[in-house]
Amino acid sequence: MGASTAAKPARKPRDKRAWYQALFALGINAWIPSWFKGEIFQGGIKGVCVPALNCYSCPSALGACPIGALQTSFAGLRFNLTVAEKKFGLYVTGFLAAVGSAVGRMPCGWVCPFGFIQELFHRIPSPKIKLPHAMTYFRYVVLATTVVALPLLVVDQFGYGQTWFCKWICPAGTLEAGIPLMLIKADLRPLIGFMYYWKLGLLALFLGWFVVSQRPFCRTVCPLGAFWGLFNKGSLFRMAVDDEKCTLCDKCHKDCPVEIKIYKSANSPDCVRCLRCVSSCKFGAISYEFLGKKEIAPDLRVKKPA
Amino acid sequence: MRRKLPWILLAVSLAVMAVGLAFGEYRAVLEKAITVCLDCIGIG
Repeated sequence: MGASTAAKPARKPRDKRAWYQALFALGINAWIPSWFKGEIFQGGIKGVCVPALNCYSCPSALGACPIGALQTSFAGLRFNLTVAEKKFGLYVTGFLAAVGSAVGRMPCGWVCPFGFIQELFHRIPSPKIKLPHAMTYFRYVVLATTVVALPLLVVDQFGYGQTWFCKWICPAGTLEAGIPLMLIKADLRPLIGFMYYWKLGLLALFLGWFVVSQRPFCRTVCPLGAFWGLFNKGSLFRMAVDDEKCTLCDKCHKDCPVEIKIYKSANSPDCVRCLRCVSSCKFGAISYEFLGKKEIAPDLRVKKPA
Repeated sequence: MRRKLPWILLAVSLAVMAVGLAFGEYRAVLEKAITVCLDCIGIG
């Protein structure tokens, strides 16, 4: 009997980070009464940007999505219209750059509800497919075109631009706002048309992709991750790998939710700084540094009772 | 220089953010955020 117990394979310790992700997801979408009133939260604090891709039309969202806010600034910025807003998006750009300068892409790994959703879907058992690295460059194209160039340059008959990323791509908006609002606001349902089904179809494709690939939206499409990734090499928070301790066992790569080889590039723009590699490295080769303090092995795993 | 760069970036970012706030951009973001975004939900 004892032998059969000993032969049982050890369960992999669960990641404590998932609890932080759940806490942040609920924290930035905490205005639950809106769900029952059939409206979105409209408090004065909603102009504060949240460090995540979190749709501000989610009924319970407490803050503003920085990517949505940035596109809106660019879409309304015109110099040839007297009624156009002369807002350059400095508040949002400054906010994004400040977060990036401090911690780089860390909010992607700890705060973003859509990143959390991707990780949850990836837990569904299925054949898994690795993403070709070349696909990760597409997110820069999305950032440069749908968030910056198209809202600024393509105008309608009234001279205004569109929020191209929100309108044509963002699956977070469909999941967090499009579906919930159709459920709780009956007056919106007659407006459903091609665009709604387009976004619903795109969301379904992404959800399927989340099951088979690790955080594919963050790695290939997300403009917020693309922007913050640019700061990874120059942020206050930094990852480091001790070449003398590293045995190239590749355990960190196998455990990484974005499939990077941190021993090749410690501050890669793809890294979401979840710190799983730090706790998975048995040799203490991976560390991080913030404000002059260096940490080698934080225990981010939920301990099993002895 | 490598140690100073993040602090310089942070200071410039905060300054840019402050200029935006001084030009009333918080109000503009708030107005957008408290209105149902038809583009976001697919009926825009």
